[in-house]
Amino acid sequence: MQSSNGRPRGGGDGADGSAEHRDHAPSPAEAPGSARYDDPWYDALASGWGESDGVGGPVPEAGPELRASEDEAAAAADVYLEVQRSAAFQEVRSRYLRFVVPGVAAFLAWYMGYLVTATTVPGLMAHPVAGAVNVAMLAGLGQFLTTFLFAWAYARHARLRRDRAALELRWNTQELTRGVRGGA
Amino acid sequence: MTGSHQTLAFSLFSVFVAITLAITTWVSRNRQGSAEEFYAGGRLFSPMENGFAIAGDYMSAASFLGVTGLIALFGYDGLLYVVGFLVAWLLVLFLVAELVRNCGRFTLADVVAARMNERPVRIAAGTSSVTVSVLYLVAQMVGAGSLVALLLGGTSAAARAWTVIGVGALMVIYVSLGGMRATTWIQIVKAVLLLSGTVALTVLVLLRFHGDFDRLLLTAAERSGHGDAFLAPGLKYGGDWTARFDFISLGLALVLGTAGLPHILSRFYTVPTARAARCSALWSIGLIGGFYLMTIILGFGAAAIVGPDAVRGSNAAGNTAVPLLALALGGGANSTAGTVLFAVVAAIAFATILAVVAGITLASSASVAHDLYASLRRRHAKPRSEVAVARVASVGIGVVAIALGLLARDLNVAFLVGLAFAVAASANLPVLLYSLFWRGFTTRGAVWAVYGGLVPALALVVLSPVVSGSPESLFPDVDFQYFPLQNPGLVSIPMGFLAGWLGTVTSDEIPDEAKHAETEVRALTGAGAA
Repeated sequence: MQSSNGRPRGGGDGADGSAEHRDHAPSPAEAPGSARYDDPWYDALASGWGESDGVGGPVPEAGPELRASEDEAAAAADVYLEVQRSAAFQEVRSRYLRFVVPGVAAFLAWYMGYLVTATTVPGLMAHPVAGAVNVAMLAGLGQFLTTFLFAWAYARHARLRRDRAALELRWNTQELTRGVRGGA
Repeated sequence: MTGSHQTLAFSLFSVFVAITLAITTWVSRNRQGSAEEFYAGGRLFSPMENGFAIAGDYMSAASFLGVTGLIALFGYDGLLYVVGFLVAWLLVLFLVAELVRNCGRFTLADVVAARMNERPVRIAAGTSSVTVSVLYLVAQMVGAGSLVALLLGGTSAAARAWTVIGVGALMVIYVSLGGMRATTWIQIVKAVLLLSGTVALTVLVLLRFHGDFDRLLLTAAERSGHGDAFLAPGLKYGGDWTARFDFISLGLALVLGTAGLPHILSRFYTVPTARAARCSALWSIGLIGGFYLMTIILGFGAAAIVGPDAVRGSNAAGNTAVPLLALALGGGANSTAGTVLFAVVAAIAFATILAVVAGITLASSASVAHDLYASLRRRHAKPRSEVAVARVASVGIGVVAIALGLLARDLNVAFLVGLAFAVAASANLPVLLYSLFWRGFTTRGAVWAVYGGLVPALALVVLSPVVSGSPESLFPDVDFQYFPLQNPGLVSIPMGFLAGWLGTVTSDEIPDEAKHAETEVRALTGAGAA
């Protein structure tokens, strides 16, 4: 299942996403849902292998036929606990948090700092820099620039450091829960 | 404003309505009526399509007309709004988009209720979602009414009322017949129209100044009569400390509220995977960022070319700055180019309102049917009957929005939007973040977090100068104003977080570790995602 993630990434993020879906489309997990794609808006690029997983996955409210016995639910819960405690999941989780927590703190601090400075010390913000451009204008455009940079950095981090491991975990987890259901 | 503007604007707008109705019919022709289709468009949209649709949902008339007007009148202080609207998307991208896509199915309550005792949490989250949506909806309806009055010359109360009713009726048709799929395509068409119109006007403004941004700013400052002060913060919010705190409160609500808006959250369910949700958030950040950069140029352009006095003369709040700019760029009121540009801009503004209204109606009817109805009736509704409820709910919400839109027609649109953001940030964001990231979060914490943000936010508005105690209030004759700020965010957002924490630490419930494990594993890997 990792082939799509192992391949070199040339295009933008949009291209990445759709390429992944295309790769996964023919997987056997797709079979239960494939009968539904008979509508005019169906777009091959947009079809996801995740689409049909709700049918086999342990989503409690996914439909009456899935409200299986308590035993199965308990066994599926054990699967999630097991996966949560695994080293692979802890690694994904800490990679995510190690990027996101400082990131959110940084951009919120920068934004609130900008907002408070603009409302409390407008004199500083009015300080001219070059021509009509003053500190306020630079700070405002700086907010736009940092927003784009943060977004790009997040996407890059997720793609390079998280996606492959998360996909593998997803696959394993679903195999395990499916095994539980089949066995019970 | 001559008759030819109105005729042209009206016919362009009719073309848009005809196209969107055709989309709705085409989409509903082959519909299967499942909940998956009605709420989430079958989850088959590509990241790019969804990115455009999110941008379409987010770029409301408040941005296109309101913010450019604020910049034209108050210079830099208008720009502060735009920054908050954009930075908010980082929070959505970092903390919300992927995790919500993985954990939920149709609504915000899905994410929260998965770990908790379902019924009370669903009712709480459903109530706050509907409240936020209705506030946002009323703002758009009021905006539509004033737009018609201003742009089509029909200043009579009857013309306004009929516009509000017409917009409401159209949105009910789109949503109840076409569901999420039709709504999404309408958003995409609208986003493309709005962006093309904005690009065209921006190019014309820059051509006028030979691409010299510096000269554009200098001309705007000179024409405004404020000189350099026009280019620095303080013209609108630099008065007393109440005004400053009010603006900080608004800024906080803007940046934290976007991640709690139900109609934005539900957009992430229309793509197949979390990865696609991330890509669509990236698309929307690019589109929205580009759009807001252009609105800055349009705002200063309107100040420089039309002049703040002419803008204020047409509409005191500045809402007509962009149409006036279009008229001036085309060569004035008597030129063909000016007339055409004006009509195009007016039609785009209507299309914008109509599309945003449809998106919000869909999200709130999903909350009513999927969360409130399903919980309150204690009945095992089959998916098909839930969709039927949602269709009826969209009609009901349409009627409520029309009624409130008619009642609230004199309220300030920007205030209503700011209020919707504040309520979203106070009631929806704390519970969402706690349930995604806090292992020990409990049912009582979730319920308290929602009501602990929702009730103070609404109560503070009732006690604020907006409702009573000042000449501009809803009820100027009585005075029960005890809270000085117009926007409650500064107080109510921390209260929402505090109430969630307090409810959790005081409850006896032992948090279900297995359910937390399931939420966390599903959120970060996408295992078992709908």
